[in-house]
Amino acid sequence: MILMISSQGDTLQSEPSLRFGRAPYFIEFNLEDDSWKAHENPAVSEAGGAGVAASQFLIDKKASAALSGRFGPNAHYALTHANIRMVTFDGDYRSVQSVIDAYKDEKLQEAKH
Amino acid sequence: MTPIKIAVASGKGGTGKTMVATSLASVLVSEHRVQLIDCDVEAPNAHLFLKPSINWSSPAVIMIPEINEERCTACGKCVEVCEFHALAQIGTRILVFPQLCHGCGTCSLYCPEDAISEIPHQIGEMSRGLTTNGVDFLMGELTISEPMATPIIRQLKGLVNEKGEIIIFDSPPGASCAVVATVHDADYVLLVTEPTPFGLHDLKQMIGVLKATGTPGGVIINRDGIGNQQLESFLEGTPYPILMKIPYDSEIALGLASGNVLTDFIPQYQSEFQSLHRRILEHYAKVSA
Repeated sequence: MILMISSQGDTLQSEPSLRFGRAPYFIEFNLEDDSWKAHENPAVSEAGGAGVAASQFLIDKKASAALSGRFGPNAHYALTHANIRMVTFDGDYRSVQSVIDAYKDEKLQEAKH
Repeated sequence: MTPIKIAVASGKGGTGKTMVATSLASVLVSEHRVQLIDCDVEAPNAHLFLKPSINWSSPAVIMIPEINEERCTACGKCVEVCEFHALAQIGTRILVFPQLCHGCGTCSLYCPEDAISEIPHQIGEMSRGLTTNGVDFLMGELTISEPMATPIIRQLKGLVNEKGEIIIFDSPPGASCAVVATVHDADYVLLVTEPTPFGLHDLKQMIGVLKATGTPGGVIINRDGIGNQQLESFLEGTPYPILMKIPYDSEIALGLASGNVLTDFIPQYQSEFQSLHRRILEHYAKVSA
């Protein structure tokens, strides 16, 4: 099962990004073997439609869940149709690793819309 | 004679664009055929001052894709070519995001299966009417939650009376796409600003737009007497002369807040706006020579 966490940087120690479509990076984390890799978000500098473009990226990467601060209406629509779970975290998490730990401990909330 | 098209823009909001546009139209209509187009389609307000009797309206639409799911093979070409990310592919399904679509038609052009037809999507409404003093008034209004103003502005421009004499475009504030769509085909731009750091900051952005479009312009300083001298010092080194100053005056504020046109409730401004028109024509003649 693959998680995609929006991130300011390209490591597990990077600060998570509260923005989804405009996040600089996504950290792809595989819950089966704890392996991970960082991807630059191809949508970060789009003039418009960043939420859809970032969602398309996660869909193509076969993510099962997206973790971010919040999801805009277009991203929400796309990810819902793709059956990708949307989970939110707040600004208290200082690293991507701490977000992943909280996800594993089931401390994070589903995105509300 | 082709009409002279004058756009009234500002950068900063609330500097007096609509006050200037409605006053200029009201004064010039006694001697010219005048059309005023309120291009601030996100928050149009010129009609509140001019009170036209609206006798025509029409939906503003863009054409958006509709996927014929029987023909679609989910090849993803449409998603790939859409510059605006108005399409997404989920498995064998194509999702359309109408509010991101610019109506360019690229997706249907590239679809190898001919599986995309274009259907109208209403984004707002345009209306037209005459004011009691004879101004041919046009406005557009974007539907709430629709994000794209530029298609309505383009459609309003299609209704410009080429046999008119003076066309006034009341621009939205800011310096973004909607403003560029308003000023790009104007002959002259009136830049209404105020002598504050905020007015100057945003005026500089507007001047950046005019440099890019190559449109000449002049400045109206509204609320003259407040703020500081930075604005006038800055303008000295630019090709944008000061054409008019309107003082900071509570009588003006009260009259406007009651929904009246400045030149109606303080008639001495009628000659001021006639002079403004002369200065515009002189400056326009000079720069276009």
